[in-house]
Amino acid sequence: MDSPSIYGWWLPPNLSAHGAIIDQLIIVMHVFMVALFVGWGLFFVYCLIRFRQRTGHKARHDLPHSKVPKFIEVAVVLFEAAILVGLSYPAWSKLRTAFPNKENATNIRIVAQQFAWNIQYPGRDGVFGRTDPKMVSDSNPIGLDLNDPSAKDDITTLSQLHFPVDKPVLAELSSKDVIHSFFIPVLRVKQDAVPGMKIPIWWEATKTGQFEIACAQLCGNGHTTMRGFVSIDTPEEYAAWTAEREKELTP
Amino acid sequence: MSEHHELGFIRKYVFSVDHKVIGIQYAITGLLFLLFGFCLMMIMRWQLAYPGEALPLVASWLEHSNKMPGGVMGPDLYNAFGAMHGTIMVFLGVVPLAVGGFGNYLVPLQIGAPDMAFPKLNAASYWSYFVGGVIMLGSFFLPEGPAQSGWTSYPPLSNLAGTGQTFWLVGMIYLVASSLLGSVNFLVTIIQLRAKGLSFFRMPFFVWAQFVTAFLLLLAFPPLQAAAVFQLMDRVVGTSFFLPSGLVVGGTPLAVAGGGNPILWQHLFWFLAHPEVYVLILPAIGLVTEVIVNNTRKPLYGYKTMVYSLLFLGFMSFVVWAHHMFMTGMGTTMSNFFQATTMIISIPSVILLSCLIITLWGGSIRYTLPMHFALAFLPMFAIGGLTGLPLGLAAADIYLHDTYYVIGHFHYVVAPGTLFALFAGIYHWYPKATGRMMNQVLGKLHFWISFLAINGIFMPMFIQGFAGVSRRLAIPNFYAHSEAVQGTNVFMSISAWILGAAQLLFIINFFMSMKTGKKATDNPWDATTLEWATPTPPPHGNFLQEPVVHRGPYEYSVPGKATDYIPQQVS
Repeated sequence: MDSPSIYGWWLPPNLSAHGAIIDQLIIVMHVFMVALFVGWGLFFVYCLIRFRQRTGHKARHDLPHSKVPKFIEVAVVLFEAAILVGLSYPAWSKLRTAFPNKENATNIRIVAQQFAWNIQYPGRDGVFGRTDPKMVSDSNPIGLDLNDPSAKDDITTLSQLHFPVDKPVLAELSSKDVIHSFFIPVLRVKQDAVPGMKIPIWWEATKTGQFEIACAQLCGNGHTTMRGFVSIDTPEEYAAWTAEREKELTP
Repeated sequence: MSEHHELGFIRKYVFSVDHKVIGIQYAITGLLFLLFGFCLMMIMRWQLAYPGEALPLVASWLEHSNKMPGGVMGPDLYNAFGAMHGTIMVFLGVVPLAVGGFGNYLVPLQIGAPDMAFPKLNAASYWSYFVGGVIMLGSFFLPEGPAQSGWTSYPPLSNLAGTGQTFWLVGMIYLVASSLLGSVNFLVTIIQLRAKGLSFFRMPFFVWAQFVTAFLLLLAFPPLQAAAVFQLMDRVVGTSFFLPSGLVVGGTPLAVAGGGNPILWQHLFWFLAHPEVYVLILPAIGLVTEVIVNNTRKPLYGYKTMVYSLLFLGFMSFVVWAHHMFMTGMGTTMSNFFQATTMIISIPSVILLSCLIITLWGGSIRYTLPMHFALAFLPMFAIGGLTGLPLGLAAADIYLHDTYYVIGHFHYVVAPGTLFALFAGIYHWYPKATGRMMNQVLGKLHFWISFLAINGIFMPMFIQGFAGVSRRLAIPNFYAHSEAVQGTNVFMSISAWILGAAQLLFIINFFMSMKTGKKATDNPWDATTLEWATPTPPPHGNFLQEPVVHRGPYEYSVPGKATDYIPQQVS
């Protein structure tokens, strides 16, 4: 897919299994908001014209009692309650608590720093190697402890995120220095990366292609350019990419 | 009460204790800061429209500048201007003008008092604000420039930032102190100094709005004061309130004790900053109510309902703060609670807006200059309020959080919302304060150009938000999805500069009318509230004789009366 052409003046296409509920919520809310605004607006403009000051027209001290405002108010309350309980609560609990099974997911760690995204894959043993802030160096940005046997097969990349399509991704998000925010617009994924916290997130892509990770939280003078690259691969492409990275590992 | 104190110029106009002089000092200082904060943004908008290009006209002066080499705005200066734009507009512009300016000038007049309860405290409040402002401005002259971590100053970024951040914190401590002194004064004044006969439910709605605002300031600001002191300690004495263990910055472990939590700052900050939103909007609603009622020539629809909504709104504003923090790793219990409170707080806002619109029904609407701004406030505030709803629903916030949608949302509340209300207030009470009317032609030009231009700035922000453009990007078209909407930035920037030019009309009008404006009578708008029962401009001590109140605030078009208004002091 030619990436730039998919973007425009509206929500970009949703390429994730869970993103539809977010889009649905945004759209339903906006239909409601526009309806309310247009309703108010028509009444407002009508008043401005009909009740303008002119000769022979006098203001009324008392208004005839009307139940319409109360009725509208109750309708607004009911609508908001329905959206809250019917859409937003279930959506949030699905996105933030219904994590996919570890065994069926692509497991990764994302460690944000000024101004890049470090991605760590557990390798063939499926176990993430130990990391230690004291071991951080230019060649070892996440401080991977190479004495740890489970670290030997770990793949780490700088701002290159590859994962297979149609398979859940389970990621643990953290930060080395300041607060960043991990945002992939087409996947409807956003989560702050907070130093001192390890926050799990998940998603499942439904289409392949090349996309971008944007930082959504001000993190310093490189905030704008803290771009990462996402490649949603077919299982074959992903296997090939992984094999390529494994060759680069120091034996 | 009308005796004249013979005071020198300094005591009368500079270190005055008269609430009207202090109110005008607050208003003028606030207006200057608003202009300054807007200028910062007009410069930033050049970078947003034409990224990487040198500023026109002034680029040659800046060739050797270390902050803006060759006249091109780099990310450090962009972040500094962004942080200071927010800080200045909120803490040095809108709040001082709305609460310090209008509150000080109008509240004692509207309740029939000779002055505030504690005049010297009032002066102390202004001068504390002034010192805070000087410190903020002073930070622009530091070698590293002013604070760069956003007006929200999230640690650890703000802990790691340059000296400008220290200035920001010290400045904030003065500004908070100023607001606290002011809020105590307002509460005591409104409770104790009401004229005889002015029961709570006869108070003009603006006084109610200031009353609730004063409670919010009093109760919400202390946590920020504490947080600012904590962050200052983190920066200067090496504590770790907001710094967790194991930080590695630029490849080197940070030598701090650790064990702190950066999210704690966000809780303390937003515990202030959400009520602060209502501090920005409630006085504005109060001003608009006064202007609308006066110009529809009929009583306010649902006065008591509006007062109860206001009280409820004030209370609820303390339990919604974490809806700014859905992305910080919040679980379902917390997020459900804050989503529910956020939906609940939208209800009294809808009631207030509905009452104001229904007030128009059956009126005889006078299209005066202030009425233009007050009427425009209603749909603008409606857009600002409505666009808050999707942001308050955590699942929708996953996509919209920290995008331009948020910026569009809160600017609709405070810019074409609050600022238009403040303009309505200036045009409405200028005759009382100066004795002269403002120019109609200049005023209407100012209104129409501002109204179109300000929507030209903020409406496209929703488009950018849908497209997923993050806030605070120094290079607006860096990402593929932001390049797709870059055209809107050019339109928005041109709108911003037109808006800037339109404010010149206001500035000219403001000064010219002082000399050449039509002379105003004591009650030029045929209004009912007590401030119009004073001589114009009101002398020190305000009322020639102590006013006694006999009726409610908005007795317009009472059947069988000779005039269509009955002032509150008429028996």
